[in-house]
Amino acid sequence: MLSIKNLHASVEDKEILRGIDLEVKPGEVHAIMGPNGSGKSTLSSVIAGKEEYEVTEGEIFLQGEDIGELEADERAHKGIFMSFQYPVEIPGVTVTNFLKTAINETRKARGQEEMPAKDMLKMIREKSELLEIDRKFLSRSLNEGFSGGEKKRNEIFQMAMLEPKLAILDETDSGLDIDALRIVANGVNKLRSKDNAVVVITHYQRLLEYIVPDFVHVLYNGKIVKSGTKELALELEEKGYDWIKEEVGV
Amino acid sequence: MSKYTEEDLEKDLATKEYEYGFYTDIESETFPIGLNEDIVRAISKKKEEPEWMTEWRLEAFKVWKEMEEPDWANVHYEKPDFQSIAYYSAPVAVDPNKTLDDVDPELLAMYKKLGISVDEQKKMNNIAMDIVVDSVSVATTFKKTLAEKGIIFMSISEAIKEHPELVKKHLGTVVPQKDNFYAALNSAVFSDGSFCYIPKGVRCPMELSTYFRINQAGTGQFERTLVIADEGSYVSYLEGCTAPSRDENQLHAAVVELIALDDAEIKYSTVQNWYPGNAEGKGGVFNFVTKRGLCEKNAKISWTQVETGSAVTWKYPSCILKGDNSVGEFYSIAVTNNFQQADTGTKMIHLGKNTKSTIISKGISAGQSQNSYRGLVQINSRAENARNFSQCDSLLMGNKCGAHTFPYIEAKNKTAQIEHEATTSKIGEDQIFYCNQRGIDTEKAIALIVNGFSKEVLNKLPMEFAVEAQKLLEISLEGSVG
Repeated sequence: MLSIKNLHASVEDKEILRGIDLEVKPGEVHAIMGPNGSGKSTLSSVIAGKEEYEVTEGEIFLQGEDIGELEADERAHKGIFMSFQYPVEIPGVTVTNFLKTAINETRKARGQEEMPAKDMLKMIREKSELLEIDRKFLSRSLNEGFSGGEKKRNEIFQMAMLEPKLAILDETDSGLDIDALRIVANGVNKLRSKDNAVVVITHYQRLLEYIVPDFVHVLYNGKIVKSGTKELALELEEKGYDWIKEEVGV
Repeated sequence: MSKYTEEDLEKDLATKEYEYGFYTDIESETFPIGLNEDIVRAISKKKEEPEWMTEWRLEAFKVWKEMEEPDWANVHYEKPDFQSIAYYSAPVAVDPNKTLDDVDPELLAMYKKLGISVDEQKKMNNIAMDIVVDSVSVATTFKKTLAEKGIIFMSISEAIKEHPELVKKHLGTVVPQKDNFYAALNSAVFSDGSFCYIPKGVRCPMELSTYFRINQAGTGQFERTLVIADEGSYVSYLEGCTAPSRDENQLHAAVVELIALDDAEIKYSTVQNWYPGNAEGKGGVFNFVTKRGLCEKNAKISWTQVETGSAVTWKYPSCILKGDNSVGEFYSIAVTNNFQQADTGTKMIHLGKNTKSTIISKGISAGQSQNSYRGLVQINSRAENARNFSQCDSLLMGNKCGAHTFPYIEAKNKTAQIEHEATTSKIGEDQIFYCNQRGIDTEKAIALIVNGFSKEVLNKLPMEFAVEAQKLLEISLEGSVG
């Protein structure tokens, strides 16, 4: 699904990612953990194609295709979805209108017809039920005045509607209370299949109790310094990140 | 992976082109350039006007000669030389008794280019239309249907001849000849425009529409619109404008007067898309317009405007809330790009008791443009319990444009309630990236954000117009594919 090889990236000439290798297969959930400033959010932004980041070396493949030169919207059309840590507000644009635009622009890019309104309504009904989303919510301006929990739930709702191949959840647990966290995690679990993959980026182990990863990677100083199974996350929770720093000899 | 910066955004935004910039080769009769009493007389004579009208024009001309062009607005441009403009230009072969079939086929071809097929429009949208090219009204549709209800909708030249009592009684009562420099000029030389009268208690069954087009080079266009809604009547009026792309600036100085008698309601919507000049700021229309409405008891006037064109805009559609319980509204979207400058807003003059006004202004600036909101809310001493709510929002794109807000509030009655809110925001790279990540390209993302920003005002437009306006906003800010 996703294959990253020796990825180096910098922002404003400061190198943040210093050689990342990552293989994610269909059906898998990978967690990327690490202390603040280790490059977690940079990694998700670089995969999504944010312009500020310059890839200085290395390659990113999605389903075997090199996507390194593609713009963010083109990557989205290929099936990459990123749940934002801080979703932006777009006043006056309703959740429904935004989704309609996103879905139809993606279909257009794939050479498909616009989705008929009837189908779209049906899909909205199904997915909002799946994620326990109040329909009133859909007529509100995108993220404007949303609580932290609503913003994150809205991200997952968009993910459900866009049906991505690869979903990157960037610090989806930040700012969520335990109930909101459970709802969001349940949503993600319901959307998992053998054909898609999820990369969970998180600082804490908490979210991984609900979205159980197949693999856990520790990112430190722009590199993956340790990989393991879900037990590694528990170990990190217990001991903190300092022992890793010692282990890699910093 | 290329970096999409503010500068790229600016560059992309700068590439839009004006799609109405064609010139139609129709035979025109144009007066010699320059302005003096003889020209004023000649215009009046040409239009076979009665003596009182000629005198009215001459009076205005005398006042105008003594006046100076105002320079308090936040716009900078080379003042036009009023002696190097032709004050009358008309497509020849316009017979005042014409029907649509008599219209010059070149003209009809031009309407088609503008996206208005007169025939289609009137059938499909149920809109009665008056089309003014250069200075003369060339086609008024649907006259018969309207006449059955007693509604008069015709060019103002015809109205002067056919309904002199109505014109004489109301012309200049809301915008007097000496009101301001451009209004005085217009009063002296206006060549045509639309006239509309809705009788007592009649609800106009369709949208009335005027389409203005400047075609000839070196001419000014000076329309005069007069709308009278008699007691308890209702009318919705639309106005659209385009002009060819020319290197030199063209002058447009119109006057619109609205009169809403007791319990009447007038909705006046404008989509202004005069040629804005090219990307270097050369050419474009100078749009110096005076629009004002008078509300008698329980009357209501709503101005809705979508301003995307013109090199320089100077325009303040206003309401004089004379009658008790009258209501004034102003909803505006003003877009400036490249080197455009707009100084626009409204005046709400509260004279009667329990008068209410609402102002919603949305300014969008891109390129190196300057966009100013200027508004006056005046509560006079007799206006007990007057209320006003104003909201001015500005949206900036890039780092080289400017948004300015000049609200003036004068309250002479203690019972007044006045609220003013203002916000300034910027289309951020984060917003664009968010949209991109969802599969929406940058150009579409900007359109989406701008439409969201303008929604409160777009919602006020009649349905067909709203769609057109939305498209126009997109075109005005087009070219943003990174």
